Amino acid sequence: MKLDAKIPAGDIREKWDKHKFNMKLVNPANKRKYNVIVVGTGLAGASAAATMGELGYNVSAFCFQDSPRRAHSIAAQGGINAAKNYRNDGDSIWRLFYDTVKGGDYRAREANVYRLAQVSVNIIDQCVAQGVPFAREYSGLLDNRSFGGAQVQRTFYAKGQTGQQLLIGAYQALERQINAGTVKMHTRTEMLDLIIVDGKARGITVRNLVTGEITTHIGDAVVLATGGYGNVFYLSTNAKGCNVTATYRAFKKGAGFANPCFTQIHPTCIPVSGDYQSKLTLMSESLRNDGRIWVPKKQGDTRHPNEIPEEERDYYLERRYPAFGNLVPRDVASRAAKERCDAGYGVGETKLGVYLDFKDAINRLGRDAVAARYGNLFDMYYKITDENPYERPMRIYPAIHYTMGGLWVDYNLMSNIDGLFVIGEANFSDHGANRLGASALMQGLADGYFILPYTIGNYFASNPQTKVDNGHPEVQKSLSSVQARINRFLEIKGKQTVDSFHRRLGKIMWDDCGMSRTKESLTDALKKIPALREEFWRDVSVTGEGEELNQNLERAGRVADFLEFGELLIRDALTREESCGGHFREEYQTDDGEAKRDDENFAFASVWEYKGDNVAPELHKEKLEFEHVKPSQRSYK
Amino acid sequence: MNLTLKVWRQKDAKSKGDFQEIKAEGISEHSSFLEMLDVVNEKLETKGETPIAFDHDCREGICGMCSLMINGCAHGPEGGTTTCQLHMRHFKDGDTIVIEPWRAKAFPVIKDLCVDRGAFDRIIQSGGYVSVSTGSAPDANAILVPKDNADAAFNAAACIGCGACVAQCKNASAHLFVSAKITHLNLLPQGQPEAKSRVLNMLTQADKEGFGACTNTGDCEAVCPKEIKMNNISFMNRGFMKAIFSNNLSLILMDVVLHVLRNGGFEMYSFVGDRVLNR
Repeated sequence: MKLDAKIPAGDIREKWDKHKFNMKLVNPANKRKYNVIVVGTGLAGASAAATMGELGYNVSAFCFQDSPRRAHSIAAQGGINAAKNYRNDGDSIWRLFYDTVKGGDYRAREANVYRLAQVSVNIIDQCVAQGVPFAREYSGLLDNRSFGGAQVQRTFYAKGQTGQQLLIGAYQALERQINAGTVKMHTRTEMLDLIIVDGKARGITVRNLVTGEITTHIGDAVVLATGGYGNVFYLSTNAKGCNVTATYRAFKKGAGFANPCFTQIHPTCIPVSGDYQSKLTLMSESLRNDGRIWVPKKQGDTRHPNEIPEEERDYYLERRYPAFGNLVPRDVASRAAKERCDAGYGVGETKLGVYLDFKDAINRLGRDAVAARYGNLFDMYYKITDENPYERPMRIYPAIHYTMGGLWVDYNLMSNIDGLFVIGEANFSDHGANRLGASALMQGLADGYFILPYTIGNYFASNPQTKVDNGHPEVQKSLSSVQARINRFLEIKGKQTVDSFHRRLGKIMWDDCGMSRTKESLTDALKKIPALREEFWRDVSVTGEGEELNQNLERAGRVADFLEFGELLIRDALTREESCGGHFREEYQTDDGEAKRDDENFAFASVWEYKGDNVAPELHKEKLEFEHVKPSQRSYK
Repeated sequence: MNLTLKVWRQKDAKSKGDFQEIKAEGISEHSSFLEMLDVVNEKLETKGETPIAFDHDCREGICGMCSLMINGCAHGPEGGTTTCQLHMRHFKDGDTIVIEPWRAKAFPVIKDLCVDRGAFDRIIQSGGYVSVSTGSAPDANAILVPKDNADAAFNAAACIGCGACVAQCKNASAHLFVSAKITHLNLLPQGQPEAKSRVLNMLTQADKEGFGACTNTGDCEAVCPKEIKMNNISFMNRGFMKAIFSNNLSLILMDVVLHVLRNGGFEMYSFVGDRVLNR
């Protein structure tokens, strides 16, 4: 595998502008001759499909939901960062770049992050012009807030529904192009294989989820915008349908998978309540602006929280991190909660929870002011738990939220396979080992609106394509392998449900490779997963037929891929012998329990190459250079 | 808790459906309605039977993919809630619960509790956007929006496109959905250039999709999980009248009279919409 990041030469501030000029253009009249396949219609996919449609390309877009408006980008609450400096508080492109590289614990590619900060300002312009109803002040100007521990106010928001409003904006732009005939939309259609002809990505094999029909689609480039793989842990804040299949199938066809062990845990989620639990619900991190986190000082204290007097409460974040207190970054807050619960101080029925208390905020600001800030979150919490957070502290616990790892891409967002582009959460490039709040929306839209539409044109203009049709042997091979795999699921007729296997996989992943990892736990998991996978293929129950709407079959395919991918994630975690960002190896910590990075030996992106079933994948390394943001130990004390 | 479910089962769009009685046993009152169905489905799968097909995705009340008529009520008995956020503590041990798919001609059933809501996408395609291509936007703060309008536009834009309004309406009207989008965009300065054609096009498309007329019954507002208000419909109707009056009214009225005399009735929005747009 050859890894060339293709970072343009020159000053980091001019790289993108120069690169845009140096890239070749496609003549407007020729654009419609190029067919682009876009898989996934979240922020990245919808914005890319719409923009390429506007440019005149012939786009086919695919999503597994019943409408492109439903992708999980919709659930993002907090906001979107942009270096507009509308607050005049010292923000700049450079500062956003600096914060993102540092927040990513020095495991992201500088040139990509700088470009992200540059185009962030265009995103806000574009979204406002589309009619995205961002929060405004009485002057009619846009409002901002600070978010995720940033020291400047650069976050644009639409109440607690920023992701929804941005996605609806991109969705409407996409629907406009569907109406114009430049984009053909395939809903309820799932990608099950990538087609490669002469070393280039030339199409996909898909299953129509309503009829079960399997078809192939040929194009001149394939764009994967299929999101993250958090559901490998079973319980996560991801939507139920989120899966790794598209990117994992591409991996099996030769695409490098980078940094799979970089997974983000979000500290403020509603704790698990029972075995039936199907997903975890995130409560916006903004709650930590006014809520105080504590556990009882006595182990196994079962008293009602309101009966525990002040002197018997341990405000452990304020105690350990006096400077940042309850506002320490996500990874630090999560690990501290786990530490307390593991030590026996957890609260709630399962003892896997800590209190997030608004009593002091209500006393200081009044109930109405607290309701104005967090009312919708309090209502949501009340609906789910039947406990009133105005009257008793919330219970929270960390949960898997976002995955920084993904398919490896170069500066042009193209993977190591020619013609295979990867955008949004599905790629690995911008967030390093830890993503900052309000940066996921920014990256998805930057890739889709402003980066890919340029770089894909350069690819077309510099790579003449041969004609491929549905009769090509590679296309037929992909079709028959997908069909064979579906038949195999249906022939097992075992006794155990797909979900039961998914839950067991999730438990292994969470226990052995969750908030903290050790060599022992990871080595152990590497033994358990293949055994579980073998049992799955022997005893899973997949009912019904292939030629119908069959949700059981859909889940079986996704879980089968998670059962392989989980092993890759563990392997990556095992080889990264340092702690950084979301990846915390217990062996590598400072004396006071903080993550200890090893820049000398691990300042690289791990890129895994598939070598065959039941053969260990090969590790390649892309060395990361930090010319502008010098690595330092993160400290929040 | 133990429950009896009467669930609509239908193999595919062409088959005839019927209710099936299924026991749901050992359900936790803390589980959500969809988690209850997960438990039932896992039991069915273990027995080698076909699980109940239902749509869902985010399970936090925002994607709009889940649906279900629960005891005749879209998204169940709790107001302002999607089915995925409805919890079993709102039911009693021993209850019988009737579960049906959305009921509307424009939302055909594709299997069990899943319906095709593509009609909503086609309504958006007909005009539910601002025609601004990527790259052509002015600086974000160059467009001033009074806070009241921005807030009202946001409230309308909170619609999740789930289709509960249609499912509950006795006429299967899509007016709440269409008007929410029109209010969102037509209240903002960005939406002004296309304000008139947007109202006409979207209402015309809704007629063509087979959604019914609005008779101001208010069921839509009562079941809307995002509490979208009916005053959006009045705003839309005012916009519709404005669009007509900006054209040659007497010619349109003459067309209407002739059409009614010939055919005995007419679908107002698509008929008038077509006339206005084609003059």
